[in-house]
Amino acid sequence: MYVAVKGGEKAIAEAHALLAELRRGDPDVAELSLDQIQNQLSLAVDRVMNEGSLFDTELAALAIKQAQGDLIEAIFLLRAYRTTLPRHGVSTPIETTDMRVLRRISATFKDVPGGQILGPTYDYTHRLLDFALAVEAMDETDWDHDAHHHDDALEDQDTETEEASPTLSRVLSLLEREGLVEQPPSAVSTPSVDLTREPLDFPAARETRLQALARGDEGYLLSLAYSTQRGYGRTHPFAGEIRSGVVMLHCPVEELGYALPLGEFLVTECDMINQFQGGGDLEPTFTRGYGLQVGLSERKAMSMALVDRALRADELDEERLSPAQDEEFVLAHCDNVEAWGFVSHLKLPHYVDFQSELALIRALRQAAETPDA
Amino acid sequence: MHETLTDYNFAYLDEQTKRMIRRGLLKAVAVPGLQIPFGGREMPLPYGWGTGGIQVTAAVIGPDDVLKVIDQGADDTTNAVSIRAFFAKTAGVATTEVTTEATLIQTRHRIPETALTSGQILIYQVPIPEPLRFIEPRETETRKMHALSEYGVMHVKLYEDIAQFGQIATSYAYPVLVNGRYVMDPSPIPKFDNPKMHQNPALQLFGAGREKRLYAVPPYTDVVSLDFEDHPFEVQSWDSPCGLCGSTDSFLDEVVMDDAGTRLFICSDTDYCRIQRERADG
Amino acid sequence: MVEPILSARGLTREYAPEQGCLEVDLDVWPGEVVGIVGESGSGKSTLLRLLSGQERPDAGTLSFTDRAGRQHDLVRVSESAIRQLQRTAFGIVHQNPRDGLRLRISAGGNIGERLMGVGARHYGDIRAQAVHWLSHVEIDPARIDDLPRYFSGGMQQRLQIARNLVTNPGLVFMDEPTGGLDVSVQARLLDTLKRLVHDLGISVVIVTHDMGVARLLADRLLVMRFGRVIETGLTDQVLDDPQAAYTQQLVASILQVS
Repeated sequence: MYVAVKGGEKAIAEAHALLAELRRGDPDVAELSLDQIQNQLSLAVDRVMNEGSLFDTELAALAIKQAQGDLIEAIFLLRAYRTTLPRHGVSTPIETTDMRVLRRISATFKDVPGGQILGPTYDYTHRLLDFALAVEAMDETDWDHDAHHHDDALEDQDTETEEASPTLSRVLSLLEREGLVEQPPSAVSTPSVDLTREPLDFPAARETRLQALARGDEGYLLSLAYSTQRGYGRTHPFAGEIRSGVVMLHCPVEELGYALPLGEFLVTECDMINQFQGGGDLEPTFTRGYGLQVGLSERKAMSMALVDRALRADELDEERLSPAQDEEFVLAHCDNVEAWGFVSHLKLPHYVDFQSELALIRALRQAAETPDA
Repeated sequence: MHETLTDYNFAYLDEQTKRMIRRGLLKAVAVPGLQIPFGGREMPLPYGWGTGGIQVTAAVIGPDDVLKVIDQGADDTTNAVSIRAFFAKTAGVATTEVTTEATLIQTRHRIPETALTSGQILIYQVPIPEPLRFIEPRETETRKMHALSEYGVMHVKLYEDIAQFGQIATSYAYPVLVNGRYVMDPSPIPKFDNPKMHQNPALQLFGAGREKRLYAVPPYTDVVSLDFEDHPFEVQSWDSPCGLCGSTDSFLDEVVMDDAGTRLFICSDTDYCRIQRERADG
Repeated sequence: MVEPILSARGLTREYAPEQGCLEVDLDVWPGEVVGIVGESGSGKSTLLRLLSGQERPDAGTLSFTDRAGRQHDLVRVSESAIRQLQRTAFGIVHQNPRDGLRLRISAGGNIGERLMGVGARHYGDIRAQAVHWLSHVEIDPARIDDLPRYFSGGMQQRLQIARNLVTNPGLVFMDEPTGGLDVSVQARLLDTLKRLVHDLGISVVIVTHDMGVARLLADRLLVMRFGRVIETGLTDQVLDDPQAAYTQQLVASILQVS
């Protein structure tokens, strides 16, 4: 006869031991180093930093290693670590116009000042498995590089273009000058809500929405963005400008009276140009959506810009009919740590609730079988 | 010259798949403008970048064909270069940038300015094949609307444009009526190109990879842009000629020259622009 | 000899025992307003959907004669033909204007849609028609380019009616057209409806649970219960001298207006 045993503690210890073994895999295969992950899985590192809301390539790499490459688990690990960190200050907004550009493309003009710069992109690769990569090319000199996250590509690029083109003007500013596209919102004077410290409140200000989207799940936002392209909240998007490059982060120090440069990091920004509004008395003007991510997270930045624009339906007096336009629906479900937490909680015991339902359904069936006399 | 890829079949797709696509194309040619569902395959290029056009090209291309690929009218745009290289690599066919030399032309967003001739095939890459999609997102309903020719809503859209902007405010992917029966999305070509579809001697094939649809306009078929009697269909025109070749009858791209916003207008069709310049040079 | 415009015999659509619509006989004559009354679940909405071809019967016959005198067998007709009738010869006014209007399309576009659906291709003419019908249903024609979502409930309902009348339908079906409106708004809408029916010579089948609406609009009444017609006759006759016990209850439940 089966007897339910109270062996929770031991069972968990055994599970963790098995997990450690599985994570390590075959001990004859060399163990992954954090350097390897930071260098060779850098796009995974970018995603984990974005959705984990913490810029630290080494910790992100550690999280990926610890999570066996399960990125949502890695994001979870990073978030849990982040929450323990003290906050020393609030940086000034980064100035992406001053970006040292690694990649910059516009789908709206064939050529723009500074040119179209492809940079490192998978866009025009043919997705044919490259079996040459299956053979480990152990060129010793390659291993001497002490390159960190993306820095190699940046350094190469620096030497070529830094002098010629330190910064590139923004494609949308050309249209802004003609009044053809709405002006970007002016800088927010009051500090916006920090969603890592305060709960999300509806209706949310646009900067709060952008914050939520910035740490939202890439797959979820991608699908919502896609749904707008297929007619569920259509916004006629054009990729006005997508740029990736290095920006400087400054932090104001009261004692010094100015903002101290803290260091440079890589970001990807997407300025989407969307359907125009107006007619009648108002001059038709293009609208816009915005996306920003750390690293080379272009897919996420574009999805974010499309969803940002869809969520502006009320502000732009458009009728809200589709999921991507519904602020509460989109924002309440975009956090994958929250989402996976709640979905996974179904694995927890629900013996008591289920027992109650069992008793009820049996009672109901019995009542149906024996009608009142 | 690219090295031919030997691990894959001629033009990448296996022969069974090509036959399936050809059967779909035959049906599409038989019922002009009707969208034919087909078993679109995963391709080594991303959806939305021309997988439909690539599958159609792969299904109809032969070793003797001469392929031209354009994107935005130009042979040298990145996506055109990439797709041309793909077929050079997987089919080993000859490629060209000269419109008149090509037997197959795969295009995204343009119809060449040089008139096509009988025997040529123009293959369009299509993102959203359903012209009714942005009025009615549900496929079950749009199929019924096509079947029953319930196209009033298309004119409602045009009506709304005129009421709001004083003119029809659709500038690309401008809907057409094919052979007097089916309303069709011409793919996002500028409406400037719509008249070229009408009674064209070339076969026009359309492939939508992600949405898995094929459709066609056979040679010499009527293709009429939707409009109103008192607001007739009109194409774009420019104040100045092409800054490179001086052409006044081609579609012009706007190029931003400097941070001051200086603009140059040049032919979007690079081959046509080259011909005009050669003519001018004597 | 005058023929009925719509004629049903033994019309049946049963979802579950006594639910739906059972063996209904009905003739609608040109220019006549027929009211279908009964409480929720009596089958009156099912009957309306059957009569207007939105649903097919399990049994029975149904024929419609259009303004040109052509007869249509609405049981056997193809879906293509029924949809064609629905957007030309029929009008269908839904209880909720959201079901009958395109909320993202201007008032003018809403009215013009049917015209464009049957081939109108002159913008100026379509617009003139829209202006004409807006004033006919007492909406300020200056609002022709406004979206219906900025209209009040009563105005949305008027717009829905204008949108239906623009193709000069011989027969209009209305499902609780005044439901959900304030009493004063209701009264004005009923006045408009009465005037339109009289001026245009259209036949109307109207479903309502409101005896006041029935008395004001309908020439003849059908009382339904458990899916069957239990009493029929001229409106005054049914309301003033109800025969069936159930009808007596229904009539007693409303305030008698002189």
